[in-house]
Amino acid sequence: MFNKVLGWFDDRLPVTATWERHLSKYPAPINMNIWYLAGVLLVLVMVIQFLSGIWLLMFYDPTAEGAFASIQYIMRDVEYGWIIRYMHTTGASAFFALIYLHMLRGMLYGSYQKPRELIWVLGWITYFLLCALGFTGYVLPWGQMSFWAAQVIMSLFGSIPVVGEDLLIWIRGDYLISGITLTRLFALHVVLLPLALIVVVFVHFLALHEVGSNNPDGVDVKKYTDHDGVPLDTKPFFPYDITHDIYAIGIFLIFFCFIMFFYPDGGGYLIEAVNYEAADRLQTPDHIVPSWYYTPFYAMLRAITFPLFGLSAKFIGFVVMAAGIAIFVAMPWLDRSPVKSIRYKGIYSKLFLIVFIISFLVLGYLGTVAPSPFRTTLAQIFTFTYFAYFLLMPIYTKYEICKPVPDRVTLS
Amino acid sequence: MKYLSLLLLLFSIQLESSSTGPCGEYITEDESNQGECIKIDTDHTDKASLQRGAKLYFNYCLGCHSLKFARYNRLAKDLEIPEEIFQQNLIFGDQKMGDLIEIGMSSKDAKDWFGVPPPDLTLETSLRGEDWVYTYLKSFYIDETRPLGVNNSVYKNVGMPNVLATLQGRQISVCKELPDIADNGGLKQDPLTGQIINITKCGFLEADQPGLMNEEEFDSAIFDLTNFLSYMADPIREERKSLGVYVILYLVIFSIFGYLLYREFKKDLH
Repeated sequence: MFNKVLGWFDDRLPVTATWERHLSKYPAPINMNIWYLAGVLLVLVMVIQFLSGIWLLMFYDPTAEGAFASIQYIMRDVEYGWIIRYMHTTGASAFFALIYLHMLRGMLYGSYQKPRELIWVLGWITYFLLCALGFTGYVLPWGQMSFWAAQVIMSLFGSIPVVGEDLLIWIRGDYLISGITLTRLFALHVVLLPLALIVVVFVHFLALHEVGSNNPDGVDVKKYTDHDGVPLDTKPFFPYDITHDIYAIGIFLIFFCFIMFFYPDGGGYLIEAVNYEAADRLQTPDHIVPSWYYTPFYAMLRAITFPLFGLSAKFIGFVVMAAGIAIFVAMPWLDRSPVKSIRYKGIYSKLFLIVFIISFLVLGYLGTVAPSPFRTTLAQIFTFTYFAYFLLMPIYTKYEICKPVPDRVTLS
Repeated sequence: MKYLSLLLLLFSIQLESSSTGPCGEYITEDESNQGECIKIDTDHTDKASLQRGAKLYFNYCLGCHSLKFARYNRLAKDLEIPEEIFQQNLIFGDQKMGDLIEIGMSSKDAKDWFGVPPPDLTLETSLRGEDWVYTYLKSFYIDETRPLGVNNSVYKNVGMPNVLATLQGRQISVCKELPDIADNGGLKQDPLTGQIINITKCGFLEADQPGLMNEEEFDSAIFDLTNFLSYMADPIREERKSLGVYVILYLVIFSIFGYLLYREFKKDLH
């Protein structure tokens, strides 16, 4: 009976073919390690965000008058509303933590190199959309930090020469951040951006399944195949990867639920204390900090304290910040190394990657604290080293001595 | 080595950030922690404490400070106060049990009377911290230069009168001759005579006139009040934690079976 129904569908829609190509028979390299879990966990978190988001949407009031109170309504009057909301706030941070790990994995094993450039670019668009989703979502509770973060970030557009001021009013829809700004950010957060995210992630998968997954050795597993054309050093996703992933999802959810149920504020990093006060345009908080996942870029923005070529310091800072996010997209063309994986790259690639990670972490820390002359100098130094990793990449990857790459994958 | 240098670097950034604590000019008797709040451990399972706190809040605070995100009936249920008793003793106007805990004073009037409208306190302990609220309530002192005759060492020049003065009594801010503390934490000594150097330090709060409660009773009363406000800000805290234990236990069992399944299939691969 089941086969008959399936057959009926298969004649009209490639159900079985799609299932086999993208899931059950998808060949995954056997040497994939823990770094490769970030991808599947990102899908899980995306599902969590979509579901919790839909339920929040049932109760949230996107007006300047009602937004803040509606969050408390969800927390207090809606049955288990607090679980739905904490899921969404914890999920937002988990999303970024995982995407940073996922990106670092790509950088470690050269997953952006030929033929996977497009996967990397699509992934980068996903990251950019996530930043936009994070920002628009952050404004919705309409607390003090929501309001002033919106004020700071949007005012950056005002620093663009000539058109800035008019552009700013156009984006805000008002002369100040107001209920009008809130409603448009709401529309973006619940319709346009999630829709775009789904499409881009879907294409990310299509591109990945076209060329196949990379692996920690960065070797091409398609070189040796069995008589069916299946690469030797791979295993089918079902049942080998799926059982592995279920186990990993269990472990991840333990951490996720631990934060959600015991430390939902995350020490002020997941939900800031200042945001427990409703937005008040007449009272600026002592120091305005963005969410932890933007702080490296916020530190870059503040590191630029000097005007240049007749452009304001704020505008240069804005450009540097945007460049800090944008530069990832150029990596497939900056890396000239003949090998993919960091395992076989030379000493300079390793050193620069360490410098990059340290820069990212220190900038991330500096973005959370109030500026001081010493910290600004530090932020300038690490902004420099952050960009040095990318901009010097064509040189150090080309001239360093790499180790020989094995013919097939290695298992530790 | 690289980890060590990173640690050192982060440590040096941390060192630089030492400044005054969250509790303003509050200073303890032994001057050990200026600006640091008194640490308290709130307990939402102590219903008696929450009820005493609610009583204090409804008698002394609710005139000016609403709890406009919370409802009467939820409060009665969570604090285990029977609805009839609650209605007779804690609802002063014609509000219904299902209403939000709002106040009659308009924010425009309040602005005229106090300079700023008294804030809603539903989320106060989440906004400023439980320790802050407790220390703040303890730190009012007489200051004739202020319009209401009182000031607060935690929140300088606050527009709020000391409504608990009848309970606490009056406090004054005094100066003391105390040994100077050197940068290394030791006492400063005169290099020639070896005598300890004293300097004048101010901001110590001292009882001037007794109130209806002694110090211990008052501290316990404001603990109850803070405990109540902490419950207000996070009413599901206890339920969240107890549910969390079950959720995590379930996930641990799920993961164990997940691991066994994974191990079973992994055998095929090698």
